[in-house]
Amino acid sequence: MKVLTSNFTACAVKTCKTSSASFPLHFRNAELELQELDFQPEFIRNILPRIDWNALHMTANELGFPKLPESKPEGDMLNDEQTLKDLHRLLLETHVTEGKLVCENCGHEYMIKEGIANFLLPSHLAMADVL
Amino acid sequence: MSRPEDLLPPDLFYDDNESRKYTTSSRICNIQSDMTYRALELLDLRSPSLILDVGCGSGLSGEILSDVPSHQGGPHTWVGMDISPSMLDVALQREVEGDLLLADIGQGVPFRPGSFDAAISISAIQWLCNAETSDVRPEARLRRFFEGLYACLRRGGRAVCQFYPKNDVQRNMINGAAVKAGFGAGILEDDPGTKNSKLYLVLTVGGGGLKGDITGIVDGMSNVDVLDARKKAMGLCESRANPARKGDRAWIMRKKEQMASKGKVVKPNSKYTGRRRRPAF
Repeated sequence: MKVLTSNFTACAVKTCKTSSASFPLHFRNAELELQELDFQPEFIRNILPRIDWNALHMTANELGFPKLPESKPEGDMLNDEQTLKDLHRLLLETHVTEGKLVCENCGHEYMIKEGIANFLLPSHLAMADVL
Repeated sequence: MSRPEDLLPPDLFYDDNESRKYTTSSRICNIQSDMTYRALELLDLRSPSLILDVGCGSGLSGEILSDVPSHQGGPHTWVGMDISPSMLDVALQREVEGDLLLADIGQGVPFRPGSFDAAISISAIQWLCNAETSDVRPEARLRRFFEGLYACLRRGGRAVCQFYPKNDVQRNMINGAAVKAGFGAGILEDDPGTKNSKLYLVLTVGGGGLKGDITGIVDGMSNVDVLDARKKAMGLCESRANPARKGDRAWIMRKKEQMASKGKVVKPNSKYTGRRRRPAF
């Protein structure tokens, strides 16, 4: 699972939708892997406004990348290739292969195996709102 | 022909054997890639985007998303969701570039609002029309899926879902659920009336500088007949090369061609073919 994806996933349990603690999900016992991908500055520029920087900061700290700048790169910094390359490395090339994602609100654990996070919910959590 | 949807739930139907067969069949691969290109054409993405692939399976459509050349706005980055672990296993073996999630789309889409530029789904959402256990209803699953999808797309984003409805009831159920979730929904039908008929549900999320629904999207495309049923009833529907109304010239010509191709004797066409008679006195 890419770090980029973890910046967009929120807890799938219905009752967590209204809680701010359900995002971001927190990595536990994460094993990391680097998978090289072609560098695409255009994509990084496109996706950056939608990234939740606080959440990314939290995730990066949990995974042991403390070098992230405090605030989101803006304006001229988007033309600096090194900044974009660093982001590319963190967001797209860093994969979590094993471990789990934990929701802070309900405590549900999403297991990650071979890089695939399991978001299947047991039926009592999934269908809590059947009309 | 039997429908896999009628046999088993998707996570059980696509076991190791079935997933491998699906991915190695060149016929299925060809159909899948054609449909993916068509969906990409409808999405009309101009810059490298983040795309959600709903029911990504073994990543057949995802591969195409990763391979869009840069002059066509690619390559795109995608995140795939699928309910079948075996399918995802095949995707892992094929080393696709996208990120994979094991998730049931009928339980919602676990992303925060405004995550994706676009969504694509090839031959997946008709599975939602089946209730596998007694504690779920297809309507509720469709509703959760479309509500989740609507939320996770950014404003002006689009989703194209190719699907195989069993009948008109399923088709209307899916279309209705999308409209209820807030989408501008329309159906594009390729090759209607033939065995190869393909339905694409084209969904838009507000804004985007377009007319807001499918009529704006297909505006520049050739070969598309617009059948806007909004004046008559709710729901809109469009079709490509739509069969003409029964009895008019285009319909007669089509029927004659069909008969001729079957080897029947058909009267030659003339300027009188299909012409209205003068009004009877």
